[in-house]
Amino acid sequence: MSGHSRRVAVGLVAAGLALSALPALGVPAFYESFLFLVFFWVSLATSWSFLSGYAGYFSFGHGAFFGAGVYTTATLTAGFAVPFLASLPAAAAVSALLAVGIGAVVFRVRRLRGELFGLLTIAITFVLATIVLNTKIDGGPGVYLSAVPLPRLVASPTGTMYLLGLGLALLSVTTAYAVTRSRLGLGLFAIHDDEDVAEVKGVPTFRYKLAAFALSAAVAGVAGGIYAVYVSYVTVGETFAITVPLYVVLMSILGGARHWLGPAVGAAIITASLYAFTGGNTAVLGRAVVALGLILVILLLPDGIVVALLARGGAWRRRGAAAPTVPSRDVPIATAHPLLAAPVAASPDRGPVPAPTSAHDGAPAAAVLVCEDVWRAFGGIQALRGVGLSLGRGEIVGLVGPNGSGKTTLINVISGHYAADRGRIALDGAPLTGRPAHAIARLGVARTYQIPRPFGHLSALDNVALAATFGTVPCALVAARAEARAWLDFTGLGRRAMALPGELNLHERKFLELARALAARPRVILLDEVLSGLNSAEMGSAIGLIREIRGRGTTILFVEHVMRAVLELSDRIVVLNEGEVIAAGRPGEVMRDPHVVQVYLGKTHAA
Amino acid sequence: MPSLTLLGQSVVSGLLAGGLYALLALGLSLSWGLLRLVNLGYFALAFLGAYLTYQLGTVGGLAPWTAVLLILPLFFVLGVGLHAVFTWFRVREFTSLLVTFGVTVIIESLIQWYWTADFRRYETPYASLSFRLGPLFVPALELLACLTAAALALGTWAWLRFTYVGKALRASAEDPAIAAAFGVNHRAQAFLLSGVAAAYAAVAGGYIALISTLAPSQMWAWLGVVFAVVIIGGLANPIGALGAGLLIGVSESVTMAVVAPAWAPLVSFSILIGLLVLRPGRA
Repeated sequence: MSGHSRRVAVGLVAAGLALSALPALGVPAFYESFLFLVFFWVSLATSWSFLSGYAGYFSFGHGAFFGAGVYTTATLTAGFAVPFLASLPAAAAVSALLAVGIGAVVFRVRRLRGELFGLLTIAITFVLATIVLNTKIDGGPGVYLSAVPLPRLVASPTGTMYLLGLGLALLSVTTAYAVTRSRLGLGLFAIHDDEDVAEVKGVPTFRYKLAAFALSAAVAGVAGGIYAVYVSYVTVGETFAITVPLYVVLMSILGGARHWLGPAVGAAIITASLYAFTGGNTAVLGRAVVALGLILVILLLPDGIVVALLARGGAWRRRGAAAPTVPSRDVPIATAHPLLAAPVAASPDRGPVPAPTSAHDGAPAAAVLVCEDVWRAFGGIQALRGVGLSLGRGEIVGLVGPNGSGKTTLINVISGHYAADRGRIALDGAPLTGRPAHAIARLGVARTYQIPRPFGHLSALDNVALAATFGTVPCALVAARAEARAWLDFTGLGRRAMALPGELNLHERKFLELARALAARPRVILLDEVLSGLNSAEMGSAIGLIREIRGRGTTILFVEHVMRAVLELSDRIVVLNEGEVIAAGRPGEVMRDPHVVQVYLGKTHAA
Repeated sequence: MPSLTLLGQSVVSGLLAGGLYALLALGLSLSWGLLRLVNLGYFALAFLGAYLTYQLGTVGGLAPWTAVLLILPLFFVLGVGLHAVFTWFRVREFTSLLVTFGVTVIIESLIQWYWTADFRRYETPYASLSFRLGPLFVPALELLACLTAAALALGTWAWLRFTYVGKALRASAEDPAIAAAFGVNHRAQAFLLSGVAAAYAAVAGGYIALISTLAPSQMWAWLGVVFAVVIIGGLANPIGALGAGLLIGVSESVTMAVVAPAWAPLVSFSILIGLLVLRPGRA
């Protein structure tokens, strides 16, 4: 447990103990009721952020899960005389199942992100409300729960509800903290920034989204169950009103949806300010004032209050600290990183990187990656027509061809981003075709992107740590961060570890791509134009780096337009044109092939 | 099974109700599709328009048509002003939804503060006007609303399709940078569109005042259906919005007649969910 988590744990336990002593002190019931509402909204807003804040799937349907909990408890306690507390796990289960059912359909459709997902969840809420209204679950008149016996945690009923609310709020905030510090949390953050890349880096995106959705719905369900008994009379109109989802969204945004404590802070602020304006016309105008405040916060502090405060506190502390370190933005990579120095110190529990068993003489050794007759079409365009190629262990193979010849498509198909229409791809004999991208990454295929696609809200360190923790040797986050540091040093980015990708320049981002690919400890690495856009000094260091990577036994397929690098690095070259392999062999031979010359330079030069 | 007359009647009232859905959906569809701003505020603006029409009619004694004509320029300015805020703060698609939610709550609160939460009914002689079409009964006001929606939808479609402004707007929605490189002044056109969309809300508001009973919280009731219309019709597609409005109106009122009124919301939302999940290749 790190110092930070220990402080958070102590803080949460202390807050829990202090607050749970309140009913014993004989505080007026009014305060208990008010604080119950705060806890209720803290739980709802925090649970909403599990999927919507961390993974960026903004749901306007939190009311559906809250409502499912309300009516589960209402039905069980009023209809079947189930004890109140026993109905709460059922409320959690019903809501979680509902979420899993919805997610299992919706998360398979790639385009249902952003505002379309939001709309879908609104629609689901209304559908659920209509069903509840028109069936025996409610039937129209509402359900009375005033006769439901309360457990006697303390003497007064308000005290009991207060304690239940406090318990749930603490549970959700603790869960939020645990999730944000876990692999699940890191995976969800990556999904928020770029879901396709997260999947290719080994994050099981579908399962993670389902898990976050289910967890989020379960907490909302329990909150609903408790609230049902708190108000003691539930109606469809109130339960499924637009207020629940909208307040939850606003509270989370206000506090900071990506921070574990953000939604709780936002919920406390909004509940308190709504409570401040009660009664008559002041309540109406108060709502307008809250809404105006909200607009201002969203416009001025888009990351939320908590994040803004932390940033300010951080800046203040840094100013106080002696000798600030200046980021080494302009240090040339070639001198900044120890290219030929000692190999990366692999963390002891993960074993060494496999030793090279290479075939530098150009003859293919035992094949690692084999593609046979791979086809892929996009609508009417046939991007790959029966591509076949094989990579020997430790080989560097250059994949060249004119623009649009299918090079990047081939990389996308091998890494599993696109499925092949036909054909077979295998890694060390294990078939890759038909597997999801994250499974392919775990088997040992890593790639880089021509235009770097780092996770924009994660530090360079966490970008790399994500690849390590979801790579071929899955490991805990702490070990992954240690490993990530080593790979950042290896690529010369050691001093930029805490920088956000937006603060890096192009060649640093290209090297970050490399570090991410390497941290997965792949057997095969697919490099998509790592050299494009670099100046010649940067290119020199990149070429050195690629050699170094092969020296560690990793097999490399690289797509490149820079012929000097292709000829210098490749053991073999494969030429792709209009989705077909038109030549393959040693660099010198292939580049003299008349067909290849014709494709590159046109017919007249081929003679 | 209800009689054919009842079924026919429900189709007619569905078509007419659908016209009002389309009228409300137009502005939202345009600003979402062309400006990438999801403006919840249209619901609030439409209701503000309705209350102003009511006020000018019952207190000022102005005919509803005159009232709407007075409100139109005011709303145009409001729309432009709101867009100025969006541009100043570089509000993106998602943030716009949150900000305009705030705007909606503010307007709702102001309406409730001034006109109270009580139901208000604008009594006009036009409300009872109707004529018979064979066995079917056609209320004149609803028909007029529907025809207005159709005229505005067609006009907007022609505007987007045939004028420079429309083409420029569509180009900017596709790729603002490229459009700007070709000399399209996106900002000026965006202001114009925001103003026009807000003015549509004034028209919708006038009809809401005449046709339905007013209460501040009613604005949320339209939200789901109108969003369904916008999505089903396709963003920035006025004719699509009209068609979707009529489709949803009819399917709702037929459900009310055949099954039960309370099941009606299920129809539009199920159509929306089905389209979102199944419709291939939509953005």
